Parts: sequence; C-alpha cells; structure tokens
Amino acid sequence: MHTEDLAPLLRQHPFLADLPEQHITTLIGCASNVHFAEGSQLLREGELADKFYLIRTGRVALEIDLSERGQLRIQTVGSGEVLGWSWLISPFRWHFTGVAVTDVRGVALDGKCLRLKSENDHDFGYEMLKRLAIVMERRLEATRLQIIDVYGSTPEVGL
Amino acid sequence: MIVQTETKLRLQTDPMVPVQTRITRLAWETDDTYSITLDMNDRNYAFRPGQFNMLYVFGVGEAAISISSDPSLSRSVTHTIHKVGSVTSALSHCKRSDVVGVRGPFGSGWPIDAALGRDVCIVAGGIGLAPLRPLLYSLFRKRKQFGRIVLLYGSRSPLDLLYRVELEDWGKRHNIEVLVTVDRGDPSWKGHIGVVTTLFSYIKIDPRATIAYVCGPETMMKFTLGTLTTIGLPGDQIYLSMERNMKCAVGYCGHCQYGPHFICKDGPVFALPRVKNLLDIKEL
Repeated sequence: MHTEDLAPLLRQHPFLADLPEQHITTLIGCASNVHFAEGSQLLREGELADKFYLIRTGRVALEIDLSERGQLRIQTVGSGEVLGWSWLISPFRWHFTGVAVTDVRGVALDGKCLRLKSENDHDFGYEMLKRLAIVMERRLEATRLQIIDVYGSTPEVGL
Repeated sequence: MIVQTETKLRLQTDPMVPVQTRITRLAWETDDTYSITLDMNDRNYAFRPGQFNMLYVFGVGEAAISISSDPSLSRSVTHTIHKVGSVTSALSHCKRSDVVGVRGPFGSGWPIDAALGRDVCIVAGGIGLAPLRPLLYSLFRKRKQFGRIVLLYGSRSPLDLLYRVELEDWGKRHNIEVLVTVDRGDPSWKGHIGVVTTLFSYIKIDPRATIAYVCGPETMMKFTLGTLTTIGLPGDQIYLSMERNMKCAVGYCGHCQYGPHFICKDGPVFALPRVKNLLDIKEL
C-alpha cells in the first residue's frame, strides 16, 4: 500500500477524528498498514515498545504472565481503539503481551518516528498527547472498575 | 433441611401464605448459581417480566428471588439463584419432586410498552441477567414492534456467565446484538475483556430513541447509569431493578424501605428519576 493510501484509513479512525490535515500528513510518514492473523502476537511483555496500533477491525487481548498460574487476559482492545502507549514513555518496554484473538487489521505507527516529529513540531506532539491522555484516562477508569469487582453481589438479599 | 411432602393446596388469596409447589428441575448454570423450575400447573399463575417470588424452604427460611423464565409459559416458573446464604444454599440441595413454598408474584415489572417503536438497550451485570431474561423473551415475541435491540452483559469470568448457549442463540435467532464481556479471561476466551461499560465503545445509541433496562449489583448499575447519562439518555428512558432485604414482599414490614419507597411493592423496577437522588446516599 502506498503511503498516500493510508490517509483515508487514518482519517476514518476515531482516535484521529477531526485531526488537522497537516497532522495527518505528518503521521503518514510514520504509518504502515498491518494485518495480524488470529493467534499472532502484536507485542510481547518486556520487549522494546517501538510502535503503537490503531485497530481498524478485530480484537487484541492483553495478557500478563503470572508464572506458574499461566497467562491471564486482563483487557481487550477492539475496533476503533488504540493499542499501546509504552512507545511514549521511557524505557519504552511493553508491560503486557498483545495477542490477536481474531484477525486484526490496523495501522501501525512508529514510536521513534512519532517522538522525533513531536519534538520538531510541538503542535503535532501536543495534539497526539491530548488524544492519548483521553485513552489513558478511560483505560485507567476501566481498570479501577475491574479491581473493585462491580459484579460482586450482596449476601442473600434476594433477586 | 426439612422438605415437606406436597399436600393439596391451591394458590392462596392471602399473600403471606406460601403455596406448596413441586420442583421439576434444578440445573447448575455456574459453580455458584443454579436455576430451579417449579411446577405451576393448575395454579392459574401469571407474572410480568421483572417480578419476583418469595421462595420458602421449610424449616430454613424464605428469600426473594427474581423470576427468570418466559412469562408465556404458564405451567412452570424458573428462578435463577446465586448461592450466597442459608436459604439459597438449602434450595440448591433440593432435588426434583421436592416441595418448596412460593408466594408471589410481587413487585413492579419492566415497562415493556415504554419501548414500543423504539430501540432497546439492555445492560446486565452478573446475576442481573436473570430478571432481564423474561423481558428478553417478551421482546422476542413482539420483535417487530421494537427497533434495534442491544444486550450488553458483563460478568467476572467466562465461567460466571449465565445462559451461555442462549446468549449465542439470541443473537442468531432474534435479530439482537449481544455483546458479552468479562473482567478476566484465560487464553481460551476470545470475547471482550473489561467491565460492562466498556462495551458502549462498540455500539452507537440514539439517545432520543432508546429505552434502557439495567440490572445488576448496585455498583455496576451506578457506573452504567453514569455512562448512559454521558451518552445523553434522559433519565425517564432508563429503568433499573433495585434489590434490598425483602421479607413480607407486600410493603408491611419495612425491611426493604428505600427512601420513600418499598422495593418489594413500589419496585423492584423503577424509572431512574424516582430513585436518582437516593442512589448516592450511603448505606440507604
């Protein structure tokens, strides 16, 4: 796929909704179209976090290794969502393993490329950070809800 | 546990007197949740989706249990029960042909007519799917009278999901969107992982044309109501089912008082505006 063909894919993704056209152009230089077959790993816990993904279709499960207890799936990221922000924060290592639980199509964005472009163009960098901050806030809230066990029921009050 | 043999009793006019009813089936849905079906033949028994019965295990006690079966099946009634205390534990040890006492049905039901001609969003958490199942059956029977129907269902783990076979069937046979999520999954689970509110990211709701029915533990409902409000759904288009410690089930004893309401008599289903101001009061 030619890089200019990536522009519609970027514009259509909810993470980049209403992003100014000059920023889309900036992003294209860091973007590539990707496809992962069911079962393949997109990222591996502890390895270098050198990119992130805009998921177009499919679902990715984030797993954490609990040693003798095996792999625990703690979250899924699906169509229209963003996978990964460790590319942004030193030491740039993945905290989880990401496995495609269905066929996944998306756009990969090179982390080093984005960091460099963000340093050179602070407007672009700030726009990306604002959007990622929203994603982080939503994930943090969802994680808090998982921790408090919202499905725990009260002792025999009926219903 | 004492389970009496059945004697000839008809449905009582006194709501405080339990009717002896024979168990026809007991099946485990999960490790700690089971469905128990009672023979209501010749009882002239009918209920509305969202209502509950008081089930009495003789010699042990009584508990309020929501009805989880199809309201159109008048010969039997099913309850899906989370084993959490002495009565629900005793019930779980019952066998086919054992006899339990039944009072009911009690309480308000889900207002189905409110959704006529509109889209429906049903949000269930954990055991909360049980009182919503009769609503789903009723919607299926009049499917063409409703717009889009979405069921969002969250549970702790794949092993805690209720009615797994039916969940797949509903999506295929009744033209409804079923999205299921769990808090934790093993590598064999290929569905969503995250709390039920995260499922709203994958659907689009028209807030002007949608009626929402919500049931689950209160914490889950609190966050679901927050999300529905953020989406822009007006409060009078949201219905929820509350739970409290019900004893008499007819508004005499006051055990289930909730602000100015008795859950057993005025609820358990409420339009959100009726209870909105009460939800944030601690230990009410």
